[in-house]
Amino acid sequence: MNYVLRDGRIIDPTSKRDEEADLVIENGRVTRIGRGLRAPAASREIHCKGLLVTPGFVDLHTHLREPGQEYKEDIASGTRAAAAGGFSTVCCMANTTPVNDCRAVTDLIVRRAREVGATRVFPVGAITKGLGGAELAEMAEMREAGIVAVSDDGLPVMNAELMRRALEYARTFGLPVVQHCEDKHLAAGGVMNESASSTRAGLKGQPSAAESVMVARDLELVALTGARYHVAHVSAAASVRLLREARKRGLPVTCEVTPHHLTLTDVVCCGYDTATKVAPPLRTQADIDALKEALADGTIDAVATDHAPHSLVEKDVEFDLAAFGMVGLETALPLLLGLVEDKVITLERAVYLLTAGPAQIFAFPEAFGTLIEGVVADVTIIDPAARWTVQREALLSKSKNTPFHGRAVLGRVKATLVGGRIAYDGSGELAQPGEGKG
Amino acid sequence: MTFPHRHLLGIEQLSAPDLTRLLDLADTFLEISERPIKKVPTLRGRTVINLFMENSTRTRTSFEIAAKRLSADAVNISGSGSSTSKGETLLDTARNLEAMRPDIVVLRHSASGSPHFIAQRVGCAVVNAGDGAHEHPTQALLDCATIRKHKGRIDGLEVAICGDITHSRVARSNILALSRLGARVRVCGPGTMLPVGIEAMGATVVRRLDDALDGADVVMMLRIQKERQGAPLIPNTREYARTFGLGPRNVGLAKPDAIIMHPGPINRGVELDPAVADGSRSVILDQVTYGVAVRMAVLYLLGGGIEVSTSGGSAGSDAEKRS
Ligand SMILES: [Zn+2]
Repeated sequence: MNYVLRDGRIIDPTSKRDEEADLVIENGRVTRIGRGLRAPAASREIHCKGLLVTPGFVDLHTHLREPGQEYKEDIASGTRAAAAGGFSTVCCMANTTPVNDCRAVTDLIVRRAREVGATRVFPVGAITKGLGGAELAEMAEMREAGIVAVSDDGLPVMNAELMRRALEYARTFGLPVVQHCEDKHLAAGGVMNESASSTRAGLKGQPSAAESVMVARDLELVALTGARYHVAHVSAAASVRLLREARKRGLPVTCEVTPHHLTLTDVVCCGYDTATKVAPPLRTQADIDALKEALADGTIDAVATDHAPHSLVEKDVEFDLAAFGMVGLETALPLLLGLVEDKVITLERAVYLLTAGPAQIFAFPEAFGTLIEGVVADVTIIDPAARWTVQREALLSKSKNTPFHGRAVLGRVKATLVGGRIAYDGSGELAQPGEGKG
Repeated sequence: MTFPHRHLLGIEQLSAPDLTRLLDLADTFLEISERPIKKVPTLRGRTVINLFMENSTRTRTSFEIAAKRLSADAVNISGSGSSTSKGETLLDTARNLEAMRPDIVVLRHSASGSPHFIAQRVGCAVVNAGDGAHEHPTQALLDCATIRKHKGRIDGLEVAICGDITHSRVARSNILALSRLGARVRVCGPGTMLPVGIEAMGATVVRRLDDALDGADVVMMLRIQKERQGAPLIPNTREYARTFGLGPRNVGLAKPDAIIMHPGPINRGVELDPAVADGSRSVILDQVTYGVAVRMAVLYLLGGGIEVSTSGGSAGSDAEKRS
């Protein structure tokens, strides 16, 4: 099936395009962009007047939970949630059961994604075997099988010598090393950010220094090794400052931020809602202000969801005992558009942070995150004026652990195309019977 | 006027008039506790479940006596709050409690926010009898009642709270209650035991014990709870006793008529020298006596909801006529 996306506002940060135009998709690729284009043979028109047409979103940080924790999420449900959130590509973290630390597990994920995935799925391999923090995982073979980065996400690499070797080894294969920065001694036992809020709630806090001391250490190891390094879900003002300085020094470092770290402070933890328990923890307004500044000035390259589904078994318990993490695929876009509405970032920058920004960080086999003639037709269509309320029951993810339930938001994904095929159709209009079975 | 709260989850939710009302009522019940026959029929037919997921014979007994003096049926359930995989989850505990149709659940639990968790899942009133390092509202109420009895007021008093502030729910509830009632609260302890941002709750941080004691009307010493400490926070109790303990050598820094308090149980010779604990300024046993009266007031307001006359002995009978 071929498509003509007619009269949408096409925003492509890479080519600096922001104009109302048509976009033609033939055989899974973008073939033409311009005004008043003639429809190719056997094509359907999608009317996009008043809608935004952007590159498909790329999520660098998703937990799909398959294999092993399918009661929380699986590749089918997770990618459906991703497509509903506008993502055409997700990178799934290695902390599955078994851990993705060897070719066999990578192969399994890639194969399952091909069979049931609504979006592209690129696995992230473990840095160390079994996330044990002791021995390097088989990065070369996992790279052949399709991983695009390595990370022990959820667990930091505490041993500095091992981290140095991981950076050196991963560099051999062009793999960025993604660190979940959290000094486990400083953070020990902490269930939220350490602040006046944790004191008030009587919950054990982790100081933001638990993150920034590891960022500081790793940046010195990057200087030592020259390897590509990426900080996952940066949350603390001090970390952002260190990263900004490192970029000025010319170090090959990048970082991502989650929508929730940009929009919620640790004050919300005082109600003991376990949906607000996340790692790294929600921080203070001063941290949010620093993150926003870094988002606008280019220190932060990507917004990533850290979509971390958990069932009621892990979440309907005391705050101290609850698992860390929240779902995020289906709320990322409106939360980011909220920052546009608040004039923190421009719309073009918001699109960049979800598309071209992340697409340049991991070792993807193709150019994603852009809309120019010839690229794969990964496209997201957005209604920027849609006002809606987040309802946890309406999420497509198997897990409903969102702290944004009941929140009124602006902007909604209408449709997501992956390789020229409709992966998500919010209105149901695109799949009308008798039309477009091509 | 009915009490405007369904639960007692913390001091945080209580206004100064709420606090004063509870303290006034506690004075009434204290009078009842001093009668030869201490029982009033106010909560007859009501069921109070004391669910203690963390050991505390003292607080549990105090709640039990309070319930019984109000003629409620009091049931004690104990268990371990730290059970994660084995044992019953707090959710199942809540559902089982609900199925037993109690009127009041009194909960002690090691996890902060547990009473809030239970309160959202049961139909009855919930009283927080201490949750993690969060709050212990009835302790703060009994401390306020004791202070008011000895000092005649709370407004304008200088109160020093000394010890492991970080892990103390007693400190948190007292800071909230005392500052709300007009006292000035100073907290003091080793730097490792002073939590970030405690000033925001209404306290001033003082580093040295001498400075904390200077001119204090009330000195509240906290127990060093070694079992709560995730990391070594002090070299040893010997140095702690010398640096942060209250004894004959430094008690004179407080005002001449200052009272000495402790939520108990005391580590004698650590935070409190026996000479001071048992001395004339100590009001520690008054605190225990007020504990029962304050808990009667709380159970009464949450379990009955009908105002009593604060004119003295007729509290119970008045209420009964109107229920
Ligand atoms: Zn992580």
